[in-house]
Amino acid sequence: MDGLTVDPTPTDWGSNDMRKRIARRYRSEKRFRAVGFAAIATSVGFLAFLLITMMSNGLAGFVETRIEVPIDFPKSSLFLDPASLKGDGARAALAAADIEGSVAEAAEARFGPGGANLVSEAAWLRVRDLIAENPALLEGKSIFSLPVSGDFDLAAKGDAPPPVEARYARLKSEGAISRGFNFGFMSGSDATDPAAVGIWGAFKGSLLTMIVTIVLAFPIGVFSALYLEEYAPRNRWTDLIEVSINNLAAVPSIIFGLLGLAVFLNFMHLPRSAPLVGGLTLALMTMPVIVIAGRNAIKSVPPSVRDAALGVGASPVQVVFHHVLPLALPGILTGTIIGMARALGETAPLLMIGMRAFIATPPGGISEPATVLPVQIFLWSDEVSHGFIEKTSAAIIVLLLFLLAMNGLAIYLRNKFERTW
Amino acid sequence: MPGFALLFLLAGLGLIAWLSARARAVVLGKGEGLRLHSVPAYHGWYVALWALVPALLFLAIWQMIAPGLVTDSVLSSPAAAALPADAMSRSAILEEARALASGELAGAFNPQSESLAPAFASAGRYYGWMGTALALLLAFAGGAFAWTRLRRDFRARNKVERVVMIVLLTASLIAILTTLGIVLSLLFESLRFFSRVSPLEFLFGLTWSPQTAIRADQAGSSGAFGAVPLFWGTIFIGAIIAMIVAIPLGLMSAIYLTQYAHKTARALLKPMLEMLAGIPTVVYGYFAALTLAPWVRSLGVALGIPSSSESALAAGLVMGVMIIPFVSSMADDSIAAVPQSMRDGSLALGATTSETIRKVLVPAALPGVVGGVLLAVSRAIGETMIVVMAAGLAANLTANPFDSVTTVTAQIVQLLTGDQEFDSAKTLAAFALGLVLFLITLLLNVVALRVVKKYREAYE
Repeated sequence: MDGLTVDPTPTDWGSNDMRKRIARRYRSEKRFRAVGFAAIATSVGFLAFLLITMMSNGLAGFVETRIEVPIDFPKSSLFLDPASLKGDGARAALAAADIEGSVAEAAEARFGPGGANLVSEAAWLRVRDLIAENPALLEGKSIFSLPVSGDFDLAAKGDAPPPVEARYARLKSEGAISRGFNFGFMSGSDATDPAAVGIWGAFKGSLLTMIVTIVLAFPIGVFSALYLEEYAPRNRWTDLIEVSINNLAAVPSIIFGLLGLAVFLNFMHLPRSAPLVGGLTLALMTMPVIVIAGRNAIKSVPPSVRDAALGVGASPVQVVFHHVLPLALPGILTGTIIGMARALGETAPLLMIGMRAFIATPPGGISEPATVLPVQIFLWSDEVSHGFIEKTSAAIIVLLLFLLAMNGLAIYLRNKFERTW
Repeated sequence: MPGFALLFLLAGLGLIAWLSARARAVVLGKGEGLRLHSVPAYHGWYVALWALVPALLFLAIWQMIAPGLVTDSVLSSPAAAALPADAMSRSAILEEARALASGELAGAFNPQSESLAPAFASAGRYYGWMGTALALLLAFAGGAFAWTRLRRDFRARNKVERVVMIVLLTASLIAILTTLGIVLSLLFESLRFFSRVSPLEFLFGLTWSPQTAIRADQAGSSGAFGAVPLFWGTIFIGAIIAMIVAIPLGLMSAIYLTQYAHKTARALLKPMLEMLAGIPTVVYGYFAALTLAPWVRSLGVALGIPSSSESALAAGLVMGVMIIPFVSSMADDSIAAVPQSMRDGSLALGATTSETIRKVLVPAALPGVVGGVLLAVSRAIGETMIVVMAAGLAANLTANPFDSVTTVTAQIVQLLTGDQEFDSAKTLAAFALGLVLFLITLLLNVVALRVVKKYREAYE
């Protein structure tokens, strides 16, 4: 301890210098704490801001503006015999008739030149369905409440050029316009007119894709977790499997899309854009998540359970399938739901395998062209038409609600079945 | 026979095999002092597996070879003699005839395929029934063989358990297969790309313009594949801008939540922070493009910096926010791993909480935090949707955050969406980019995990 001299006088904490020093240190403590709080507040504030933006943009997407169009079928150029709408020929008769033309004609007659542009291009489908339900409509004049076109819908939201707004105000004062919940958005598919789009098609595509994913990823994931945790011998092969799984969990999702494109589409020639291929690709991506969650859940089952089962004469397979697996299942399910929620929100790998096509009808099966909710959001976000903004946000709201429900379920499962040994 | 009906029939056969074998085992086990080696259900499973597995394996193989057999028999039919010798039009006609026969097509484009369709239909029927008959035969033969082996001392459980073990092992091998599939498909396509474009040009070239022209004499018809602007864009957005946002916010959030926040506040704030990680990236991308990008642009204009409507800053900011929970949870783990004694020692010497955190906890946890940051970078550079929607596609080599840059992932999406032949250098380039991305994220992960592991060991 050469050169180090200890000053024997005790520190005078009451001195002015020391007081200042302590005050400074306490101030810095407060400052640090405030910075920490600001950091978390910024993060949470961003989340709130994002959700509020989506809500305020999107809620309007669930509302549609309707306009009343009187259609006088006997006087219109529509040639459709009510008698032909009974029995088997009804579909063909409706398909052959130019209902679209007569709706446009009626709109022009009611609202003057350009009137046909006020109603949505898909409005005639609604007229057709009403006629199919009640052919008697064809015998007289009746008033149909039809969705307005995307451009005119903007006027209802105060977002259109002044002449359109003026026209809207005039029609509104005449009582020809009403607003209500947009059931078409919940039951329709993609369309070119933002007023006519719906999310059911994309939603069904997501559902089919998720079914393929879970049917493949869940058993494979659980089986490999069981093997690795309970049976695998400690050797080079087991190490290789473990390294692969841990690496797969960290591989960017777009790489799985490239794999799907190269292997499933170009090598195995599975159908493009189909939920089957999407599900396969997402299953490969979700499987490592399930394996890792499954291994943790299996690890947390105490060895005494295994020893007791072995002690009363169960075989190693019986120990695992009769005792360990049921006890670990809640944990595995929680991990699976979280993995599925991630897969449901995944977009990039599905773009790679062609699930970005314009699909105007819901898919009928897992090998038919389809799109999924996040991809639909991406496609709509690319549209120039202004009316798509609220539809995109509305679709985002639906997607977020689903993710919230899935994560809520996972948390509920965890809290309900979590056991501490 | 249609596939579903056959599968249904086989499932029924399996059930019958299971039930009857189990009943048989019960009968075998009856009697004074007699005991089965395995419980009856295992005998049931044993016979059912023998009935089903060979038949299903056969069907899977049959599915692959049957189309070839059908085509061969059609080619040997008299109607096929008139087919053109040219392989391309020949296979086109055959394909059309097949579609006609299976009812996928209503009418034929080529009259010749119309004449071949009946031959296809009959050959298809013939081989279809043959497959069905063989599958059922195999199911019965397998079941019967297994049935004859049932005895009182038959070790049915051991046999069934061996099958279970094989299934478990196969399931865990799928992970290796997937990794292998990724590496091989990326390598294979990248090698084809590098046979056209030199790897040196790809890795060090400064111009990226993959648009191959339609006419050969058009300017820039060969396309330029210098990927440096993409690498720079990826690093600029993912490793610089996003980390400038994510590291301080994530680290400070973790410190506040673990060291300062009240228990109830933590229970409320932590899930909210984690929600940021659960929001789909397409939502972030939409938010960045729609809300943030115009603000960033007007800010840039106000500052007098050249700005474009799609900017690195908007994409990077949103990506940083997305990464916050990731950094925060890694930092949380590493701070929690610092031994309590170090904390207590510092506090006992009279240091304030913030001094303890800054001078003791964070330096001690630094390797873990660095590992976490590396993992966060690897996640950020692999992120796709945010950059596709908000960062743009212009391959600029610029350090101006208000300008548009593009990234590796955005270019992969750009190159592979839309219609183009699979063989062009343009599509193959996407796989080369994918390979680079895969290797870099792999490297980052390996390094990060090693850092974290080494650091954990230091305190154990």
